[in-house]
Amino acid sequence: MCGIIGFMSRTGRLISGDRIATALNCLKERGNGEGSGYVGYGIYPDYKDDYAIHVFLDATKDYDKIRHEVEEVLVKYGYILKDEEIPTEEGIIKKEQVSWRFFYRFDEKYKSVEEDMMVDIVMDINAKIDGAFVFSSGKNMGVFKAAAWPLEVAEYFKIDQYKGFQWLSHARYPTNTKGWWGGAHPFNLLGWSVVHNGEITSYGANKRYVESFGYKCKLLTDTEVVAYLFDLLIRKHKIPVEYAMSALAPRFWDEIESMSKEDKKIHEAIRMTYGGATMNGPFGIVVGTQEGMAFMNGEVEEGNTMVGLTDRIKLRPLVAAEKDDLLFVSSEESAIRKICPELDRVWMPDAGRMVIAKLEKKI
Amino acid sequence: MIPSTVPPKYKVFVDPERCMLCERCTTECSWGVYRRQGNKILTYPNRCGACLRCASLCPRDAITVTLNQSCGREHPVWTPEVKQDVVTQAKSGCILLSGMGNAKEYPIYFDKIVLDACQVTNPSIDPLREPMELRTYVGKKPEKLEFDYVEEEIDGKKVKKAKLKTKIAPNLKLDTPIMIGHMSYGALSLNSHKAMAKAVKECGTFMGTGEGGLHRDLYGYSDNIITQVASGRFGVNSEYLNKGAAIEIKIGQGAKPGIGGHLPGEKVSAEVSMTRMIPQGSDAISPAPHHDIYSIEDLAQLIRSLKEATRWKMPVFVKISAVHNVSAIANGIATSDADAVVIDGFKGGTGAAPKVFRDNVGIPIEVAIAAVDDRLREQGNRHKISIIASGGIRNSADVFKSIALGADAVYIGTAAMVAMGCTVCGRCYTGQCAWGIATQKPELVKRLEVDDAARRVANLIHAWTHEIQELLGAAGINSIESLRGNRDRLRGVGLSEIELNTLGIKQAGM
Repeated sequence: MCGIIGFMSRTGRLISGDRIATALNCLKERGNGEGSGYVGYGIYPDYKDDYAIHVFLDATKDYDKIRHEVEEVLVKYGYILKDEEIPTEEGIIKKEQVSWRFFYRFDEKYKSVEEDMMVDIVMDINAKIDGAFVFSSGKNMGVFKAAAWPLEVAEYFKIDQYKGFQWLSHARYPTNTKGWWGGAHPFNLLGWSVVHNGEITSYGANKRYVESFGYKCKLLTDTEVVAYLFDLLIRKHKIPVEYAMSALAPRFWDEIESMSKEDKKIHEAIRMTYGGATMNGPFGIVVGTQEGMAFMNGEVEEGNTMVGLTDRIKLRPLVAAEKDDLLFVSSEESAIRKICPELDRVWMPDAGRMVIAKLEKKI
Repeated sequence: MIPSTVPPKYKVFVDPERCMLCERCTTECSWGVYRRQGNKILTYPNRCGACLRCASLCPRDAITVTLNQSCGREHPVWTPEVKQDVVTQAKSGCILLSGMGNAKEYPIYFDKIVLDACQVTNPSIDPLREPMELRTYVGKKPEKLEFDYVEEEIDGKKVKKAKLKTKIAPNLKLDTPIMIGHMSYGALSLNSHKAMAKAVKECGTFMGTGEGGLHRDLYGYSDNIITQVASGRFGVNSEYLNKGAAIEIKIGQGAKPGIGGHLPGEKVSAEVSMTRMIPQGSDAISPAPHHDIYSIEDLAQLIRSLKEATRWKMPVFVKISAVHNVSAIANGIATSDADAVVIDGFKGGTGAAPKVFRDNVGIPIEVAIAAVDDRLREQGNRHKISIIASGGIRNSADVFKSIALGADAVYIGTAAMVAMGCTVCGRCYTGQCAWGIATQKPELVKRLEVDDAARRVANLIHAWTHEIQELLGAAGINSIESLRGNRDRLRGVGLSEIELNTLGIKQAGM
């Protein structure tokens, strides 16, 4: 279950969010109306060098007080340039959470460690402030999600009013935990946004692994841990992206044995060192980053970046396609065809192989 | 001699209708329970320990050994065993000795933990058709990998290539996460050791030498041997250390935490004496502490000395008993250059231990694994050290649960002996083992046929390995690293909230 559709323009063309909503609606039967979400990159050009922090505040009479607690954490380390309730269309869905956004800049003295500090802030707010969850914390990007059907969420958040060079979306069918706003996808930390189809049976091991590096898994869902794994491996440990992917869905030992001496040494070291990051169970994953996106299942594409990943024996579907400067990835080809009927190339990446698509220029 | 005032524990009956007076029982019983007198086989049940060698090998199935419950007032507190112990000590004035593991009815947490399985949305994996990877590396791992980037010319194009900069410390490569723990030559017969060595070689795993040195006949198995350095330093020299693939420093043992070891002089045969480097017939006593280790710093010195002696080519493990502050100790061990910590639970077996220790000292292995894994992760030290769990691992489910609680691998001991024929009669310390396993008497040792025993041990490890693969498949997992510390796949049944919290697992239904 769960539907995934994402696309990016390698040239950085800005595309209206209504396209992604139309595509995701095509996958509505893969969800059950208990969670849908979108993430757009490049949507806040006016604040492109500042953090856009999206926070769920429990929609109770105390929400002002909760928001104030969040502000208190933020102002300790920097400046709130602007904050407001994310514009929503009333009457579409029951407002269980108030969605608030802060445009935020760190004090100059924290510049060199601001990403680590932002991770700490997110973990702190999620763990310590009752009734507040940060669900998006990157620059020039934002997540919009709720427990509802794809079109309801798109209309509620007025997705058609945003323009981005890259969009990912997800229709959820929750199987492990209840459907709630925080549990909807995408999951995000800094620039990493993850949408995921499947269940990660290694969740307990992965959770304990990232928690030993200070991450706090508070959103009760396996996908949360994937966002933290990407942040840990690629940003903090600076593992080359293809090797980080190999840590998450490692080569089988038989394959490693038949590699060249040097590759064997690397892949053996990856499995020994990052065993706690190995993901098991059925999954198709697409990860958005500030530079592009990647998805597992497929060969490494030269000069490309959007991350997608499926499990090592491909228990979940993932299809990729290209049209001019656009790269698509989805759990179903129909969702891609819905918004782009004519495609230059369509392919189904192999199990456990990644596809990475990079932007041709920095946005 | 002070006469006994309690009746024998077991009743031995030879059915005269079936017995053909072949006298096999008189030769098979190493305890002297049987004697032929005329046309009858007489029995001395007070000598019987219910090892069942006689009943197993009687060609006419004429022998039955049963618990003797026919006499004495039943009392819930003053059980026959309690009375027997009092009487025995009243006679001897000595500490009571015992063999094998804890024999009291403490809760076995393994039996109150159930495993999760996949259904529909998270499909289970078929181990017959999909790879199921159990390979395990035991030893120190880096916290993270570092790469250097070099430019290489491929097909006329300059390509930036990542090269691994991090050097990985020596690790043991296991094809299955099951190893055989340390049971010394001396406590066990040479044939037992040979059988286990053959088995672990076949299974791609390892066995421990125990503290008895390494007999030269086992030098050929050095790639699958972990040598042990205990407080007695028996058999320890440079050649011995370099004849293994890893070294283990034994601080404590689950069956007898806080005390040393004792091999009675009767078991110190000529061969044992040469291997242990001690006089023949002398008691081999390991002191309770290592007299050069009184702190983690001292331990670190010994670890580095052993690494130096083996040119830093092999991992060094440290074995401790599971005790209440095991997590703090293990964390200290992790910072002392050790590569693995072996935690031995209070159900671990032994050749000889004071009964009062065996049955009353130490804590269950299940909670010790959970506590150690938690602490190492909290301190950011989990990668510095592997966790090997031992002490009461009885089947593949126990192995699976140990790994899910946080262990990297397990040691088995009693299970390997049972595979060879041991009936857990618990009298290993007497040296009279009728099955030829825990004895040095040549006439008994030869009863254990090496190839046959090796086959049985290897079969056991293979069988458990297959079962672990099936359990992994049912949990939707195809590599063992995704099971390690994955307590999410476990649920508790019949445990209190505090027990669930200590084990770090949820109640079934949640």
